[in-house]
Amino acid sequence: MPLLRVDQDGLWCEAGGFHIDPWNPVPKALITHGHSDHSRAGSAGYLCAEPSRGILQLRLGAEARVETVPYGERRTIGEVSVSFHPAGHVLGSAQIRVEHRGEVWVVSGDYKLSRDTTCTPFEPVRCHTFVTESTFGLPIYRWQPEVVVFGSINEWWRANRENGQCSVIFAYPLGKSQRLLSGLDPAIGPIFCHGAIQRMNRVYRETGVGLPDTLYTGRVERGYDWGSAMVVAPPSAQGSTWMRRFGAASTGMASGWMRIRGKRRHRPMDRGFVLSDHADWPELQKAITATEAECVLVTHGYRGPMVRWLEEHGKQARALETRFEGEGAEAEDVVAEDTAAGDSE
Amino acid sequence: MKAFADLYAALDETTKTNAKVEALVGYFRAVPPEDAVWAIHFLIGRRIKRLIETRKLAEWAIAEAGIPDWIFGDCYNAVGDLGETIALLLPAPVASSEKPLRYWVEERLLPLRQWSDEQQHQSLVFAWREMDERQRFVWNKLITGEFRVGVSQNLVVRALAEVAGLSAEVIAHRLMGDWNPEAGFYSQLIAGDTGDTDVSRPYPFFLAYPLEGEPAQLGEPAEWIVEWKWDGIRSQLIRRQWQTFVWSRGEELVTERFPELQALGGLLPEGTVIDGEILPWKEGLPLPFAQMQRRIGRKVLGPKILADVPVVLLAYDLIEWGGADIREWPLERRRGQLAELVGSLASTGRILLSAPVAFGSWEELARLRTESRDRRVEGFMLKRVGSPYRVGRKRGDWWKWKIEPYAIDCVLLYAQAGHGRRASLMTDYTFGVWDNGELVPFAKAYSGLTNEEIARVDGWVRRNTVEKFGPVRRVKPELVFELAFEGIQKSPRHRSGIAVRFPRIARWREDKKAEEADTIETIRALSPN
Repeated sequence: MPLLRVDQDGLWCEAGGFHIDPWNPVPKALITHGHSDHSRAGSAGYLCAEPSRGILQLRLGAEARVETVPYGERRTIGEVSVSFHPAGHVLGSAQIRVEHRGEVWVVSGDYKLSRDTTCTPFEPVRCHTFVTESTFGLPIYRWQPEVVVFGSINEWWRANRENGQCSVIFAYPLGKSQRLLSGLDPAIGPIFCHGAIQRMNRVYRETGVGLPDTLYTGRVERGYDWGSAMVVAPPSAQGSTWMRRFGAASTGMASGWMRIRGKRRHRPMDRGFVLSDHADWPELQKAITATEAECVLVTHGYRGPMVRWLEEHGKQARALETRFEGEGAEAEDVVAEDTAAGDSE
Repeated sequence: MKAFADLYAALDETTKTNAKVEALVGYFRAVPPEDAVWAIHFLIGRRIKRLIETRKLAEWAIAEAGIPDWIFGDCYNAVGDLGETIALLLPAPVASSEKPLRYWVEERLLPLRQWSDEQQHQSLVFAWREMDERQRFVWNKLITGEFRVGVSQNLVVRALAEVAGLSAEVIAHRLMGDWNPEAGFYSQLIAGDTGDTDVSRPYPFFLAYPLEGEPAQLGEPAEWIVEWKWDGIRSQLIRRQWQTFVWSRGEELVTERFPELQALGGLLPEGTVIDGEILPWKEGLPLPFAQMQRRIGRKVLGPKILADVPVVLLAYDLIEWGGADIREWPLERRRGQLAELVGSLASTGRILLSAPVAFGSWEELARLRTESRDRRVEGFMLKRVGSPYRVGRKRGDWWKWKIEPYAIDCVLLYAQAGHGRRASLMTDYTFGVWDNGELVPFAKAYSGLTNEEIARVDGWVRRNTVEKFGPVRRVKPELVFELAFEGIQKSPRHRSGIAVRFPRIARWREDKKAEEADTIETIRALSPN
């Protein structure tokens, strides 16, 4: 019997009596991070890494029973020892290490290795079996350093300002938006956020992550001139009536999928910036190698190619059927309600 | 090449027409004529035939990237475009070429054809190493002959008109026909004087807008000349300097494909250009368009196919007469001259006048329109008395009033990812209809849904896949769509026994269940023959 296996509700650990990132309500859920395909409401009890608390509580509702544990600290649950280790994906994201009689499994959730000042960097954890994502598991996916991407975003903002045009960038409210904020140059102009993003910003700030000052889009006087503003909005706001207030804005999207021209052009917007919370192909290889795992289980993304590649490189690998979705799933999780709830600054 | 790759990116980045024209104007002003002329060549969609087999190109890219063959296939499926896949896979660029477009095209691209495999291989790999990612992408598109960018010829014309300080009509006309991408041509293109001499050059076609709503809004019937709308190949027959040229609307010189018209051209007076429709024609009726496709598909036109599918030119308009451009003459005057000319050539059996339809009222015309299918036409063309022959698609003077397409409800059976911007979205669908209690595939369609609907169907397909055959997914037969199409043909090659012309999705019938879709008998009954 493997230490972890997929049952109808999620990734099930028999020896520990818990699920990891279950898609149905279960008695005990260990959560890697707050994106909606990994943290769903309805379970009786949740356990997550300490910095993830605020996000989970916001996502699952104040009544959800959320327990936390600091990164690296071991907990015994049933017959297994469990610990959470930074995954570098979004604030509070963790790889979950499960040990049972000397056998170690690590479930990565989602992760990245590249620089991001809004969350704790990825930390490789040695294990026998590594459960990895593969959202961008093809060699066409290679990211540029974030400083280069931020440079082109700021340059675009500056050019729009010269034309007296508002800049609106679409990004997922949890993680991507805050990383984006960390790279914007506030000297160019005021930064505004949609309510859904403001709410998340507040959680980040309360957890101690420094972000530039942001204003709530709903709180401006009539006839406000958006000409020099940068607006960060969820993808679901695109094409909505909410957008009208910005006039003839220039629009952009920040996502790993923007690497592909077809994906950029499928959306009616001006610019696509390649910025992802997920590991690119070289990072996936590097992370997998660093675990020294003999066996690799591949969950969501380009599973087939990744499994075959790993097998050709001397690992045991196999695909694991889950309901995780990777970059893009986060879009649906925002009921992009633009309420003043986030505007407490 | 850097300037051209940047132009490509600028055009690709925006959906706004003015921004595109601005980028084009900036480019044409900045580069020398020998670069500008190649840029025009590619931007308006003139192609260089593929110079290298794509198989070889992929092989060399795989070697340069140091990856296994099989993963290249997976990457291609995710990207949906060969040139882009290669650009994304090559090792990270270390340089950005400063050499001009002319150099890359004339000294590195065109010579490929004469080089050995080894020379081609070396030259390409060195080219890739000299270029950044943007340049590689554009370069690969040029090599594969798949260069396409989101500008219409109209926008290029607008930009050039602005650069030259001339009207768009003059530029459009000068860009027609056969020209060589040389600096001299560019200089003439934007020159102030009009010593236009190319003997084969056709005129830009005047195209009609579809009429929305009823024709009564157009005013008095007496102000309109109405013709049947024929379904063939819109063309210009040109006779100048004792030579004959036939141009299709796709701006292809097709003279050799129609020996009948070449012979006809020899009988035309010097300096004549007729606008008309080439139709397969027998016994006073057009043949179904599928017959024409049979003929177009042939490399060699033997006596059998010429006898089976003879063509005629159905003359619409006369736009050059006695060597003079008469597009400004009023329609009825041009038509009068045309009728006289066609009359004098009637004995050849190769040319007919697209005769005006006699009608007293719009109601009567609407009744006549119902005969369209039996006459094998697509409806009416409505042309305003007194109208000039304009350039391009213009509103107001000419309208097409097409018959309603056939429409039936069918069930989604198979789905497959599209190409280009639709790669990794399920957008290519196969639909079926009921035949004795079984769903048989009968048509494929790619267009007609909004982006939002595509995204929803995509999600549904992924959740409801029953079986996969390579890239094709068989789905649960649940979703019903209304399919529109223009014509029905018997076809032994299709499992359903019928083939339809120009199928597209009219709407998603979310209110219907699969059991309510149409049957094959219903479709057979629609066919007039």
